[in-house]
Amino acid sequence: MTEPQRPETHPTDALKAAAGNAATPEGASPPVVPPAVPNVAEPEIVQTRSQWRDVWRQFRSHRGAMVALAIFVFIILFVSVGPLLWSIDPTYVDIRARNSGFSLAHPLGTDQLGRDLLARLMAGGQVSIAVGLTAMAIAIFLGSLVGVVSGYFRRLDAPLMRLTELFLALPLLPLLLLMVTLFREPLSQTFGSAFGIFLLIVSAIGATSWMQSARIVRGEVLGLKEREFILAARSIGTPSHRMIVRHILPNVLSPIMVAATLGIATAIITESALSFLGLGFPPDFPTWGRLLYDAVDQMVLYPQRVIFPGLMISLTVLCVNYIGDGLRDAMDPRIRGR
Amino acid sequence: MLNFTIRRLLLAIPTLLFISLVIFLLLEASPGDPLGDVPLTVPPEVRERMRAALGLGEPWPVRYVLWLKQFFWVEPLYWFDQIFGTAYAADMQRIISFQSRSPVFDVIAQRVPQTLTVVGMSYVVGILIAIPIGILSAYKQYSWFDQIGTFVSMIGFSMPTFFTGVVLIIVFAVNLQWFPSVYDTTHEVTDWDSFLVQARQMVMPVTVLALYNAAQISRFMRSSMLDNLGQDYVRTARAKGLTERKVVLKHVLRNSLIPVVTVIALGLPAVFGGAIITEQVFKVNGLGQLLITAIHGSDIPMVLTLTFIFAILIVVFTLIADILYGVLDPRIRYD
Repeated sequence: MTEPQRPETHPTDALKAAAGNAATPEGASPPVVPPAVPNVAEPEIVQTRSQWRDVWRQFRSHRGAMVALAIFVFIILFVSVGPLLWSIDPTYVDIRARNSGFSLAHPLGTDQLGRDLLARLMAGGQVSIAVGLTAMAIAIFLGSLVGVVSGYFRRLDAPLMRLTELFLALPLLPLLLLMVTLFREPLSQTFGSAFGIFLLIVSAIGATSWMQSARIVRGEVLGLKEREFILAARSIGTPSHRMIVRHILPNVLSPIMVAATLGIATAIITESALSFLGLGFPPDFPTWGRLLYDAVDQMVLYPQRVIFPGLMISLTVLCVNYIGDGLRDAMDPRIRGR
Repeated sequence: MLNFTIRRLLLAIPTLLFISLVIFLLLEASPGDPLGDVPLTVPPEVRERMRAALGLGEPWPVRYVLWLKQFFWVEPLYWFDQIFGTAYAADMQRIISFQSRSPVFDVIAQRVPQTLTVVGMSYVVGILIAIPIGILSAYKQYSWFDQIGTFVSMIGFSMPTFFTGVVLIIVFAVNLQWFPSVYDTTHEVTDWDSFLVQARQMVMPVTVLALYNAAQISRFMRSSMLDNLGQDYVRTARAKGLTERKVVLKHVLRNSLIPVVTVIALGLPAVFGGAIITEQVFKVNGLGQLLITAIHGSDIPMVLTLTFIFAILIVVFTLIADILYGVLDPRIRYD
């Protein structure tokens, strides 16, 4: 069983894990955690540990999310470890074996140039998932930055929120199409065709999908600012940057994580939509959307070439959405423990 | 309320101007050349003259202001002339598409009906499916109906429309041959038979989009119903001895429709713009398809105008959603 997505940056993670290991054995004697040690750091560690454990326990009780997590891990393994086991080059053209059906040599058949579909699915998945993760990371970084800054600094709030509203009013898909069409040539010339397009698509998706998370984070920060512990921290003279990093960010982590999970799904769909419109990666560079797009011309004869990439996209997005749903339930303290 | 509306309308003007500037500059920064298809044998001075004829000779601020003038002054005047038979815009230049050399708005007017019939219909169908599903699955929370409904709606918005569309084509157009896979926009409805043909070719695109819309709206409907079902006024209504039917369909449903109506209004601009992919799958030559061909042909006036129209729609419908929310829910006060 895998662990829930733990924030890598959490300062008490290592401590937490150590403390967790110490406390888990059933036969452990009670006085492991001394209740009345006047240590400043101690209550915080105990508190965070039990919080993440609670989240995990609640997450586990969400059956759909657990199944989704298992399938998602399987998909990740399929695209990352799969190519090591199935070592046919996805771009290797074997023109004599073209359009072959299901066989032992090519379990999912080959395309019109004799390229192995299984290998292409794995390679395509790597790109699609990489695009999803990177675009999500960019969007979440931008969104959290804008959200925290506009929630925390009152003077920047109005201009940043106007900016967010402005971005929300942009027709995003047309603009994405525009950006990708207009800048593919110069970028692919400077960075090479594959990496240039990757950069372009990832930053275009990231730049057009940060607004929701910015709004959520801002709302959370505004609520947090009224709490006593912020007042306490302020009263001992904590500077703003440390205030944000130590006190604000850890507390808005859960909405950010939920938004991040759902962001992966949107990014994967957007990338494959761009590929489907013929505006994504170059033809010799497989992604799931691109595979689907290439197969549409021959879908009457070879429907499986359309179905497999489409299924992979849908399955991945479905899993990610379910995981996001489970996370949201698990992280909502109002329903946790019910 | 009126104050709020006026303030928002005034605020919308700089927003829209800024958006148009962003789109314009994005197009300006593009390396795509509208004269890219002109043969290289054409001498440079002729090429220069061609550029000037397309209006590309001026520096960009001049062209931007010119476009603004055309969009906000010449085009409305032209439509005014059309309606009232006057001739104010007789010698003014309208926005001309590079590709078809005809006024952009004429082309758009040709394409709007296709988009509206197919995509608008699918939105209506989606809403009609989603609301009962949302009500039932919230009322019987955690029942098998709710479980299945949630699962199906999860699948509905996880499957991209280009995949569902293609699968439907394979199953119903290729294997079963029930419906045509390509939408024929030249088809005219004159009698019952031609209406049936029209209905048959609309089934698949409408289903694809309706499934997608229904998935999203039913989730909203369900959570909004759930929020309301636990409220005190529901208990009061039941305690008064009202029938369950009345409690749910009158008291709860009305209150839970408030956020759903605004969500529906917010989603309406997507009816025009977001169906780009579905139009591409079923070869419907609506606005989305127009945009794609214009982008591929670097037809700058067309792309600029279309994208800006989408932006106007988004701004307008966001405003409508906010106003609707205030009108429907007296607890919301904007002042």
